[in-house]
Amino acid sequence: MSEDHIEEQVISEAHDETAEHFDGKYPIEIEGLTNSFGDQVIHENLSLKVKRGEILGVVGGSGTGKSVLMRSVIGLQIPDTGTIKVFGNDVTAAEPDEEIGIRSRWGILFQGGALFSTLTVGENVEVPIKQFYPELEPELRHEIARYKTVMSGLPAEAASKYPSELSGGMKKRAGLARALALDPELLFLDEPTAGLDPVGAAKFDELTRDLADTLGLTVFLITHDLDTLYAICDRVAVLADKQVIAVGTIPELLETKHPWIEEYFNGPRSRAASATHERAQAMDKQPESGA
Amino acid sequence: MREWAEYKLDESDGGSTVSISGPLLISTIGVLDRELREFEGSVQRIDLSGATEIDTVGAWVVRRFSKEQDAEISGASDQASDLLAKVEESESTADIKPQRPRTLERVPEEIGERVIEFGHGVVRVVGFLGAVVAGFGTLLRHPSRFRGKALVRQLELVGVSSLGIIGLMSFLIGIVIAQQGAAQLRQFGAEIYTINLTGRLTLRELGVLMTAIMVAGRSGSAFAAQIGTMRLTEEVDAMRTIGVSPMEALILPRILAAVLMMPLLGFYASVVAIIGGAFVSELTLDIPFLTFLSRIQDVVPIYDLWVGLIKAPVFGLIVALSGCYQGMQVKGNAEEVGLRTTQAVVMAIFMVIVLDAFFAVFFSELGWA
Repeated sequence: MSEDHIEEQVISEAHDETAEHFDGKYPIEIEGLTNSFGDQVIHENLSLKVKRGEILGVVGGSGTGKSVLMRSVIGLQIPDTGTIKVFGNDVTAAEPDEEIGIRSRWGILFQGGALFSTLTVGENVEVPIKQFYPELEPELRHEIARYKTVMSGLPAEAASKYPSELSGGMKKRAGLARALALDPELLFLDEPTAGLDPVGAAKFDELTRDLADTLGLTVFLITHDLDTLYAICDRVAVLADKQVIAVGTIPELLETKHPWIEEYFNGPRSRAASATHERAQAMDKQPESGA
Repeated sequence: MREWAEYKLDESDGGSTVSISGPLLISTIGVLDRELREFEGSVQRIDLSGATEIDTVGAWVVRRFSKEQDAEISGASDQASDLLAKVEESESTADIKPQRPRTLERVPEEIGERVIEFGHGVVRVVGFLGAVVAGFGTLLRHPSRFRGKALVRQLELVGVSSLGIIGLMSFLIGIVIAQQGAAQLRQFGAEIYTINLTGRLTLRELGVLMTAIMVAGRSGSAFAAQIGTMRLTEEVDAMRTIGVSPMEALILPRILAAVLMMPLLGFYASVVAIIGGAFVSELTLDIPFLTFLSRIQDVVPIYDLWVGLIKAPVFGLIVALSGCYQGMQVKGNAEEVGLRTTQAVVMAIFMVIVLDAFFAVFFSELGWA
């Protein structure tokens, strides 16, 4: 047994910094971020802080750079200027392929799921586990892959299916299972409910909230879905004019009187989503008041 | 250094208790998991009060152990209880890889499937050829539906933009033939026959054959990938619903372009190869450049040119047909596009070489030897 310990400690040295938990208040701190493609400036002097344990919704019109912002934070897009700190580490200093010691602490759900098409769902979930914790027994890895599959709301049999055999909604759930593989502290979701039917979308929202609460996740969530914003987001950040023009709860945002925000949250779709949300809350409260 | 999760066995008050301590995280559970798997003996209680942190993986390992031992879990924090409940409701025993039949069954089964698939493939290709001919017939009856612009665009892509690479390739092939041929012919003092060799070989065979291979690699693959991607993004379906026939809009212009361009490209390639041969003869054989060219006219029979020019459009048809056919077969995912593109090129080159052999026999029988 002692030999095992030694062997594993050698392996673990590479990941030592990954083991410690982050106790600061802001897992993500973005300051003075500027991104541009050629002449087209996407972000200019953008700043944003994400609080630990919150679900932050990021909204903005098409082309305001929501996905570019996410790609910058996860180190896939190197910004022109500005600093982005994730768990206190500067991600802008490293190339996309460089080891930065925090990749085992976040999980990312890309828009289309981005599953590895030659692997089954279960094997997809195992990829990050194998990468970061090669010392785990294969049997434990399989067990983790199985329960994560079910935890993400997929039927158990889906673990042995290939991505091409899954529907769009199932691909997203499988992508979520892979994002959750390492029990990350930080979860990035890029339009998780886009393209899902309303029932599926509501279930996905519920699942996100549930997982965030049980696992104590911080969630960075890009969405167009007003229902999602009302139902599960603690705060909402609005991207417009190349910057984050406001961050806060929805009532707080409405007080800013910014024309785009007003239009966004006072449109007919938003009012419907808000009404649904209020009804749902009223339903939740009724049994309590009756008792 | 990493702190690992550990356990202690405590045998008191009429039963054994396993006390687990340390962080129960995916990063620290590896050793404990292995030790608990190898654990022998029976345990009545699992004490979690020493656990500092826990995640779902830690909860899973504890729960599995407690289930195996039928032991009670005590001292769990609120978070730990939540996670234990969460992993319990997510338990599954499903396979991670699809079940594969045994090799003995799988091999003949797959061979059979491939043979059947090959048969269907042949039928489909012939059907596709028929559809192309029928589409061409429709076009002749309704010339106004002909897509001139698309044709011109494809003529440019297949023909004009490949002049550079085909020219370079042919020039080098001409050099190699003349230089290698001369090296062999010199052994019996027949260097002058290098001119015959270069002229006849390039005009009759290599000019057109190499061009067909290059067009298959350049344009046949592009046809398959373009049409395949359009099938994936449902562009082809959108066309059909608007009443635009993909046959007329996509396939016929490409096939026509390849059929029209191949003779021109083949002729061009032969001429450049002869120039390459003349160039190397001037340098190494002391046959002047212009003498080489004028000797070509005397030693190469005119039917060698016809042989090349007759084969060229047929090769063009095969290359374009296999490209468009494979493109139209794409369905499902992006991986399929790559697969079909490869198949288009392989099928085109293979068919071109097979047909070239038939042509060689055919023209010899005609007396054009």
